[in-house]
Amino acid sequence: MKKDKTYKPTIGIEVHVELKTKSKMFCGCPADHFGASANTNTCPVCLGLPGALPVPNVKAIRWTQLIGLALHCKAERESKFDRKHYFYPDLPKGYQISQYDEPLCTDGYLETTEGKVRITRVHLEEDTGKLLHTTLEGEDVTLVDFNRSGVPLVEIVTESDVKTGTQAKEFCERLQRIVRYLAVSDCDMEKGSMRLEANISLGLDLGYKVEVKNLNSFNFVGRAIDYELQRQEKLLAAGKLPRQETRGWSEKQQKTETQRYKETAADYRYFPEPDIPPMRFTSEELAGRRAELPELPDMLESRFLKDFKVEPKYAQVLVSDSRLAEVAEAVFMEGKKHGFAPNALAIIIVNKKINLKNRTPKSLIEILKKQKSEKVQDKAMLNRWITEAISSLPQAVVDYQKGKTQAIEVLIGKVMQLSSGRADAILLKAILHKRLGGKRA
Amino acid sequence: MKLHEVSLQEAITLLRSKRASSVELVNVFLERIKKYNPKLHAFITVRDEQEIIAEATKADQERAKGSDRLLLGIPIVLKDNFLTQGLRTTAASKVLDDYIPQYDATAVSRLKNAGAIILGKTNLDAWGHGSSGEHTEYGITRNPYDYERVTGGSSSGSGAAVASDLCIAATGTDTGGSNRQPASYCNLVGLKPTYGRVSRYGIIAMASTTDSIGHLTKRVWDSAAILSVTAGNDPLDATSSTEPVQQYHERLADKGRVKIGIPKEFFEGLETKLVTKVLQALDVLKARGHRLIEISLPNVKYAYAIYCVTVSSEVSSNLARFDGIRYGFPRQRFQDEAKRRIMIGTHSLSAGYADQYYKRAIAGRTLLIREFEEAFQKVDLIAGPVFPFPPFKHGEREKDPLKMYLSDVLTVPANLTGHPAISVPIGFVDNLPNGLQLIAPHFSETRLFRVSLEVEQELRMYERKPRLKQ
Repeated sequence: MKKDKTYKPTIGIEVHVELKTKSKMFCGCPADHFGASANTNTCPVCLGLPGALPVPNVKAIRWTQLIGLALHCKAERESKFDRKHYFYPDLPKGYQISQYDEPLCTDGYLETTEGKVRITRVHLEEDTGKLLHTTLEGEDVTLVDFNRSGVPLVEIVTESDVKTGTQAKEFCERLQRIVRYLAVSDCDMEKGSMRLEANISLGLDLGYKVEVKNLNSFNFVGRAIDYELQRQEKLLAAGKLPRQETRGWSEKQQKTETQRYKETAADYRYFPEPDIPPMRFTSEELAGRRAELPELPDMLESRFLKDFKVEPKYAQVLVSDSRLAEVAEAVFMEGKKHGFAPNALAIIIVNKKINLKNRTPKSLIEILKKQKSEKVQDKAMLNRWITEAISSLPQAVVDYQKGKTQAIEVLIGKVMQLSSGRADAILLKAILHKRLGGKRA
Repeated sequence: MKLHEVSLQEAITLLRSKRASSVELVNVFLERIKKYNPKLHAFITVRDEQEIIAEATKADQERAKGSDRLLLGIPIVLKDNFLTQGLRTTAASKVLDDYIPQYDATAVSRLKNAGAIILGKTNLDAWGHGSSGEHTEYGITRNPYDYERVTGGSSSGSGAAVASDLCIAATGTDTGGSNRQPASYCNLVGLKPTYGRVSRYGIIAMASTTDSIGHLTKRVWDSAAILSVTAGNDPLDATSSTEPVQQYHERLADKGRVKIGIPKEFFEGLETKLVTKVLQALDVLKARGHRLIEISLPNVKYAYAIYCVTVSSEVSSNLARFDGIRYGFPRQRFQDEAKRRIMIGTHSLSAGYADQYYKRAIAGRTLLIREFEEAFQKVDLIAGPVFPFPPFKHGEREKDPLKMYLSDVLTVPANLTGHPAISVPIGFVDNLPNGLQLIAPHFSETRLFRVSLEVEQELRMYERKPRLKQ
């Protein structure tokens, strides 16, 4: 292999998102498994008992379509569930109900500052139980908790369009923001409701790819990819082909480590889930789903910039959370009626100068109006503003002292701006005259 | 007539007219079970006698107060792949030897809600895998008409229990003929309803796309009455139909003549005596004014191959949950027949082979469904034999699994197409019973029952009882 060859980083991302539906994917058990005592949210279906049958959660199907549509995917007219077989103690049926060749959504994309990342598919499946390796009465044991078994899990798979660690990180952050906007998942990395994996190689033509797991934060994604690209490049430069394998990111050692080799592809023996009829959606249903899509963060952000003239740094903070953005917009609209500039309101909201909880936009603006109408008569405060005004407008002082008495208006205007119009005008004028040592007009 | 010989319809009449009590009925059957089951091996589990009598007492009291639920106080038995809360359910496999279910199958709770009293759980070919009743780990069931011979399977214990008058009726599952076959070999009425007509929830799954939940009874009316109870949509089974349920037993009155299609492929290579018997039964229907029309279903010759691949594929998947981790015993306890089907199914679904096997079978199945649908454009029913040969001796076909599988050639088509089918007694060949199979369009169970009832009324085979041994 030539040493001077330039390699093309080729990275695909797989994201799993747990939906926050009330019940699980195929039974009526609560889907919220975080913090529940082991095996309390279970039933014959999610324990894989004999005779139990899955009945799909319609809300989870709709939410998956929403995620797909938000990622510019095509929501398919026909879709189905399939069984994916493998034995593992946390998989009670010996197969996972997933989607194989007819996912709910296909062929979308997500823009990043480093370019478009194409989305191959968005599909729905069930989560597995959890294994707990522990010691019980002096014996090493593995316990299984099935509370998570059957929780709806959406898998989002990208094409190998990602080129850098930073792009991967941005992709994941943007994806998280979109899914949170749809209010269908918490996307909490710590709680595992959002899980990331990356497939990394330096060119598909090289015939290998390395799967990296354990990416428990967005920063890990960036670092693991950067590390892996360097590792692979070194190997290739030395004339060696990186091994096709699964590696895990070790935060302690700041590197990826081998988890297992994949010499042949696992045979999951996929076949259509015979307990669930295939799904068919009418164009009316899909149009309805599209109509349910809320305004997404990118669109909202550009509207905040254009229509409300909010500074970009504040707009970005406001759209990071759909609830906050919604409140902000309502406050802007209400504020406009009373002469408040949206950007000034944005600053107040972002800096948490006022408690937004339990307040309607109307009551919020009322409070601001009241604050505005309460004139500041505190001399110390007025003096501080005057000092600032004088130092920022020395020419006005010179003009005044030369006899151009109107110049005082410039300084008054500045103080009013500094005080958001709250300075007591009469008192201000008196103090200003005194400080400038001039005669009364 | 002796009390134990009553049909469901007769039992209901006796109970309603207070000429017999539920306590009397259960006592008669409990006595007979004690007496005859040790040789017959019809049961895997018989419930506690005191519990049964207590339930019967309660049923009698309820009736005295005016309750008239259809099956109130009627003693029935359940194939041991119907889950019963608190009552051991084994599927006749040692893998589940100690398995006590946490819930009742939907069909079981519907029967209980209608007032039925469960006497026990009946033997079967383990997991439903078999046509003879020989693949059980709880003693091979004997045919009450000839103890040396098989009952047919897999609902073998249900067939033997009803034929021997150890109960009024029995449930069964039919994945490839498992209700119709023991009905045919035990001189009973065996129903395979339309796929999706009766909920599969709580039935230990054999093959999800062909499992049909039915029953074996002494008479046609009985079969119709039980379906009126078990049928209907179940929110716990996504494949159960929302098609409205009829009171089938109230719609048996003659409603005119039908066109009956006789597929010539159903008679190829059959024993002459058996063919004669079936033709005689068809002549009876002709004499009653029905039209017999010869038809051809050329793809039926592929039905068994299609069945073998699709069903084994589903079996391999459905048995994956029995890993011995949460309940039951390790997979080593699976016997040869289950292992054979798991291996065939696993192979059929494997990468590189699925195109050749699973996917081809699915394509073939679609053709078969189309062929039946086309036939039902021309005829109202399709008729033929159930088994290609009369009841065989224990062990006779055991050495050659393929020969055993071919027992199913005439019954599997209806499972693959989802159509309802029934086996109704038509007579004895060399003193061994045989049935006529009728297949109807989807959800036309009423038509099946009406025509079967005519066969029953003409031939009255239910009068011929087996001579039991102790």
